[in-house]
Amino acid sequence: MQDLGASINMIFVTAKAWFLSLLGLFLPDWVIVLASIVVSGVVILCLGPVIMMYLTLLERKLIGRIQNRYGPNRVGIWGLLQPIADGIKMFTKEDIIPANADKIVHLLAPIVTVVPALMIFVVVPFGTQMTAVNLNIGLLYFIAVSSITILPIFMGSWASRNKYSLLGGMRTAAQMISYEIPMTLAVVPAIMMSQSLSTNTIVLSQAGSHGLNWFIFTPWGIVGFIVFFLCATAECNRPPFDLPEAESELVAGFHTEYSGMKFALFYMAEYMNAFTLCALAATLFLGGWQGPFLPSWVWFFGKTFILICVMIWFRGTFPRFRVDHLMAFAWKFLLPLTLINILITALCYFASPLVGWLLSLGILAVSFSILVKLNRTFVPEKRDYLFAD
Amino acid sequence: MEILSFLAKFGIYAVMLAILIFALGVVTLRNLFHCALCLAAALIGTAGIYVALQADYLAAVQILLYVGGVITLVIFAIMLTEHLAGKTVRQNNSQSPLAIVGSLGFIILIGTLIVKTPWPVNPVALKAKASVLELGQALMGTYVFPFEIISIVLIAALIGTVVIAKKDPQ
Repeated sequence: MQDLGASINMIFVTAKAWFLSLLGLFLPDWVIVLASIVVSGVVILCLGPVIMMYLTLLERKLIGRIQNRYGPNRVGIWGLLQPIADGIKMFTKEDIIPANADKIVHLLAPIVTVVPALMIFVVVPFGTQMTAVNLNIGLLYFIAVSSITILPIFMGSWASRNKYSLLGGMRTAAQMISYEIPMTLAVVPAIMMSQSLSTNTIVLSQAGSHGLNWFIFTPWGIVGFIVFFLCATAECNRPPFDLPEAESELVAGFHTEYSGMKFALFYMAEYMNAFTLCALAATLFLGGWQGPFLPSWVWFFGKTFILICVMIWFRGTFPRFRVDHLMAFAWKFLLPLTLINILITALCYFASPLVGWLLSLGILAVSFSILVKLNRTFVPEKRDYLFAD
Repeated sequence: MEILSFLAKFGIYAVMLAILIFALGVVTLRNLFHCALCLAAALIGTAGIYVALQADYLAAVQILLYVGGVITLVIFAIMLTEHLAGKTVRQNNSQSPLAIVGSLGFIILIGTLIVKTPWPVNPVALKAKASVLELGQALMGTYVFPFEIISIVLIAALIGTVVIAKKDPQ
């Protein structure tokens, strides 16, 4: 029984090893080395777009249910072929380039935008021994690569020569730079506790006795997780942080002038970012692939799926932020909260569990209430006019 | 395996060539935004060279600081001055010949230095690998004093920018 569980757990790793040994029968060594890279690469390159396709379907279905309607259900059973139909539509659409656009940059932007989105998949630990490249600076790599995602959006918005695009680009830049800082700082407690930057080691350090020693079950973990998840939602421009493409204000923001496959690439990058950010939130705070009974990759995809559903739930329920509220939220609320969180992580590390818990809960409660008080928006008092009504 | 190391070598030279081309683009292209993008590409290429030299940490920091930070700031500045973004600007002026003489002198100086320095290529130096762990321990142990001094200087700079950016009291 345990053998079976272990073999299901390692099914993908075994499949890759089997495939490589099969190649080894009739091919030289250096081809095998290349092939082991190519296998992981091809899996990731296929996984990204496929995940994106079915995320769009999931999102439309769930949003449909939230809005009390069915969502796509005409193409295939439960609309399962809808993403493929959408893909065909995108491929056959006319590609429009504005007359005054900067043609090269306009073309490059959607292509470049997919690259960092795919690159992050490399350090995501999908299961036991299922990290494509186990970098010992995995988390730093993720932060570095995700800081590039601003550039292609800038390129697209600037090259379109459209004022709505440019406004969207400016908003994106301001938003992404602001939310990157609390996101990076929210990750720090997980690094401090696992004493490693490698995503694999971070998951391993959350093992415990039944694979249930997740970081989210600690005071600093829950704060870190909430801050990270909010910042992740802002980083991939999803509602309620969708100011860069706010359709009621900016037409479609930075991708106003894109059509057909180029638009699809922007869309794809956004959904892949949503997936990888949820995956990393699960990795850092929800124990990654750790969990009792089920195979590791089921746990991993299950946690990621739940987080994505929460993101979709956000979209279905929250109205969009106002620009100044958005900035104030990042700089005046999340940033100090993450700094305090780093402090209490150190406290939890050095103090005994009970003292650590009580002290950190106390500090968190006090600082949270102070931050909320300080951030209260100024509402002028209602004025009573004596002589004018 | 020889083929693999040959391919790796070829890749490194290709990256170096690309860095040179992009660096040329930075100083010759007429459009400020294109120059900034070329600079970003050149900096990413440099990070690639760091990776090839097994300095992963340095590569990640290079991308995080230069591409994520500096280039974003540069592009932000260009975007805020929109009339500059679409215009073409000449990159040379009457002082170009003098600048060429100056930079040639600098290249010759650096070149002679590189050629004359006896580079210590021994097994110990080849095996040396700067891991994040050792870097962190060095920063928190041996070099803790300079580290703290730099932090204070940075905080002073931060506060200074806030003071400068504040509205003047009327």
